[in-house]
Amino acid sequence: MPFNIYDFTSFTQWIDKSLYDSLSPLWAMIWEMTIIGVAFLLFYAVIGLFLVYAERKVCAFMQCRIGPNRVGPYGIIQTIADLFKLLMKELIPIKNADKFLFNLAPFIVIITTFLAIAAIPFAKGLHAIDFNIGIFYILAVSSMSVIGVLLAGWSSNNKYSLIGAMRSGAQIVSYELSVGLSLITIIVLAGSMQLSTIVEAQADGWFIFKGHIPAIIAFIIYLIAATAETNRGPFDLAEAESELTAGYHTEYSGIKFAFFYLAEFINMFIVASIAATVFWGGWMPFHIGGWEAFNNIMDYIPPFIWFFGKTFFIIFIIMWFKWTFPRLRIDQLLTLEWKYLLPINLFNVLLMAFIVLMGWHF
Amino acid sequence: MENSQLKERILSLVPEAEIVETKQYLNAIIPKEKLHFLAKSLREAEDTSFDYLFCLTGLDLMDSLEVIYHIESTKYHHCIVLKTSTTDRENPILDSVTDIWHTADYHEREVFDFFGIKFNNHPDMRKLFLDETRIEGFPFRKDYVDEINIVER
Amino acid sequence: MTEENKNSGLDKEEEYIINIGPQHPSTHGVLRLVVSLKGEIVKSVEPHCGYIHRGIEKMCEKLTYPQIIHLTDRLDYLSAHINNEAVCLCVEKALEIEVPERVKYIRAILSELTRIQSHELWWCSFGMDMGATTCYFYGLRDREKVLDIFEETCGGRMIVSYNTPGGLMNDIHPNFQKRVKEFLKHFRKKLPEYDQLLTGNVIMQERTKNIGIISREDAISYGVTGPSGRGSGFSCDVRKHHPYGIYDKVDFVEPLYKTGDTFSRYKVRMDEMWESMKIIEQLIDNIPEGDYCAKMKPVIKLPEGEYYQRVEAARGELGVYINSRGDKYPYRLKLRSPSLSNLSALNLLASGFKIADLIAIGGSLDYVIPDIDR
Repeated sequence: MPFNIYDFTSFTQWIDKSLYDSLSPLWAMIWEMTIIGVAFLLFYAVIGLFLVYAERKVCAFMQCRIGPNRVGPYGIIQTIADLFKLLMKELIPIKNADKFLFNLAPFIVIITTFLAIAAIPFAKGLHAIDFNIGIFYILAVSSMSVIGVLLAGWSSNNKYSLIGAMRSGAQIVSYELSVGLSLITIIVLAGSMQLSTIVEAQADGWFIFKGHIPAIIAFIIYLIAATAETNRGPFDLAEAESELTAGYHTEYSGIKFAFFYLAEFINMFIVASIAATVFWGGWMPFHIGGWEAFNNIMDYIPPFIWFFGKTFFIIFIIMWFKWTFPRLRIDQLLTLEWKYLLPINLFNVLLMAFIVLMGWHF
Repeated sequence: MENSQLKERILSLVPEAEIVETKQYLNAIIPKEKLHFLAKSLREAEDTSFDYLFCLTGLDLMDSLEVIYHIESTKYHHCIVLKTSTTDRENPILDSVTDIWHTADYHEREVFDFFGIKFNNHPDMRKLFLDETRIEGFPFRKDYVDEINIVER
Repeated sequence: MTEENKNSGLDKEEEYIINIGPQHPSTHGVLRLVVSLKGEIVKSVEPHCGYIHRGIEKMCEKLTYPQIIHLTDRLDYLSAHINNEAVCLCVEKALEIEVPERVKYIRAILSELTRIQSHELWWCSFGMDMGATTCYFYGLRDREKVLDIFEETCGGRMIVSYNTPGGLMNDIHPNFQKRVKEFLKHFRKKLPEYDQLLTGNVIMQERTKNIGIISREDAISYGVTGPSGRGSGFSCDVRKHHPYGIYDKVDFVEPLYKTGDTFSRYKVRMDEMWESMKIIEQLIDNIPEGDYCAKMKPVIKLPEGEYYQRVEAARGELGVYINSRGDKYPYRLKLRSPSLSNLSALNLLASGFKIADLIAIGGSLDYVIPDIDR
């Protein structure tokens, strides 16, 4: 069994070949899809658990306290305990709520994140769907989560949920523009929307260094807009506990609430991994063009460690925002987007296009 | 202004006032019809300008219900006390001073809640603290009896 | 007999009425705010109080004066020591007793420590209401040091009951001066951190500047005192205008700002913490030797008459009115609560702003519900 941690292509080809050799094509395809689906489900669950634990620990260390440390060594099993608790809670049925939409909303949110996670390149060869319109696909799919949010708020039959869902809907729709435009800046630099091409093109330097000024501006705007997209950090007015109890998911309990909660963390993982892929080189090690010895040392670390390291660093920055800054009011949020971020973004795209034409990038 | 000058001013505005000098503040007992007029004049006159009402108290003297106003001028820092009372315990009504000092709004509602004194021209004469489904009557009056909730020693 | 509730004007057709409280993380206690909204804009706010009314004033009519001290702790529990001091001063004024100098110094030091810890808790909850939850932990960490000092000397962290008519219940602990000096040294380094975390933050400034403006005339008319009044330029510090205790001999500044918005009320409280530290520093090394209590009769009977004492609590001007008929119980005891007057201005302040601003304005007025309801 060829297992090379530097290049998973041989491993995946071996699985593919052995399945197609031993079974009929139809069954081989079904088994292959099942294996990939189960692997993703497991990965999703493990990442979700890990991120919830990490959030609590990071938050605690910033607030001069320790965080969970009783359940298991250093509190590792805390999230599993929380999961059991949520599973055992009663699913309170709301009297005058629209039952079908009420039950559908958490599933929409989970499914969109699931679809998006399938297109991310984790390492060389560990890339489930490699469209030639990779980034466009991810943007399109993650935009559908706003439907889930609006449905949740509307069908709860609750004034607070409605206010929260309306705010959240306005916020997500506005900030999608900024996310899209900052990613377009990098597509202009890379020349392709396919994620594997983008990562390969960063073999001699990450885009954030290659594209200097416009890439840095695009990265900062992307970070702000992505935090707003996922309803986190200083933009979490939709679920502001100190104002509206819990916003659009007030009326949800038990496993349905767990879906919303989990989807928020996985969304955070997705935006961080897109940032890592597009700006910081994905699974490419840190190369400086021309310094061969340095590059060889950097190559020694396996690519998936690079990928997860970068992603978790960006997640740490996003968590840092949340626990330091106060919240923005809804009109200040929308003003920020439409009056400041959007014009800067448009100008930035022009600047990047100009630089690419002139050849003034590295 | 000194206490003697204030005494003169009050007597000139309301000759029926009864002035008592205590160690702390000058007290003026005013008949209830003249209170609003006196309060307004004291506030608006340039040399007295009593613009800060810092305490509004209700009091149950056994034969009458009294309301005490402690006022101060933020310009000259002199303070006096105005008192007015009504002997009607069944349906006590006094004039509101909310249009002169806005802080009287909540304090007069509190006096109504505890003593039952209604105020004319008050913008919102409702109880402030007590829930009328559970407490009937006016608890701070001296003749209030409640066998269940009040334990007498 | 029951009264019909007048139509308070909130039930119009186009308006959307929501209820904030009584159980709500941001109302700092049990207060029900009935808010009438049009979209996101608040049209009017109507507070409903009385959820924690305990009838303290009525209870005091059957308690002796030393017993009343223990009830005053529970009014505005964050300025417990200052409430105790108010009643003690009123009784001492009525009996015309001069307390020893030592008592005056210690009372002033403890009052200023109370003010510091009350403003710290205000800062914590203000940051948390705005969304910066980390502020809560940083403020509480430093407040614990003050509470430890209280516990060692007075026996209680929040409910102190250390004052008694005539002086103090017991002498201070031998470690008192050392611990207070250590606390001052520690806090002087930490207070600039608070500024770095919240005051200078652009988001915080955008959310508090020009929000909830009250003019000086309105502040005087509504009786908004304390730091909330000083933010509008209303100079109302009782320690300056009607000094009591040792305050006429200490040197401190009353911070006044002219704008009257939420940000200036915030700045006033931050400045007051510096001023309190200045006062403590002037007093801590010079505590004179002497008795900790003047000689009092075993049963305290106030002569017949009316007495009024004003003190500067952490929230504003606290007034104690005692009407005595000559026996050992007061005939009427009235407590003029600063938070009730501050709350009465909420409708004026919050109308025309958004819900998020209502939370910020309520936080900046800093009312404590047991003080409102007594």
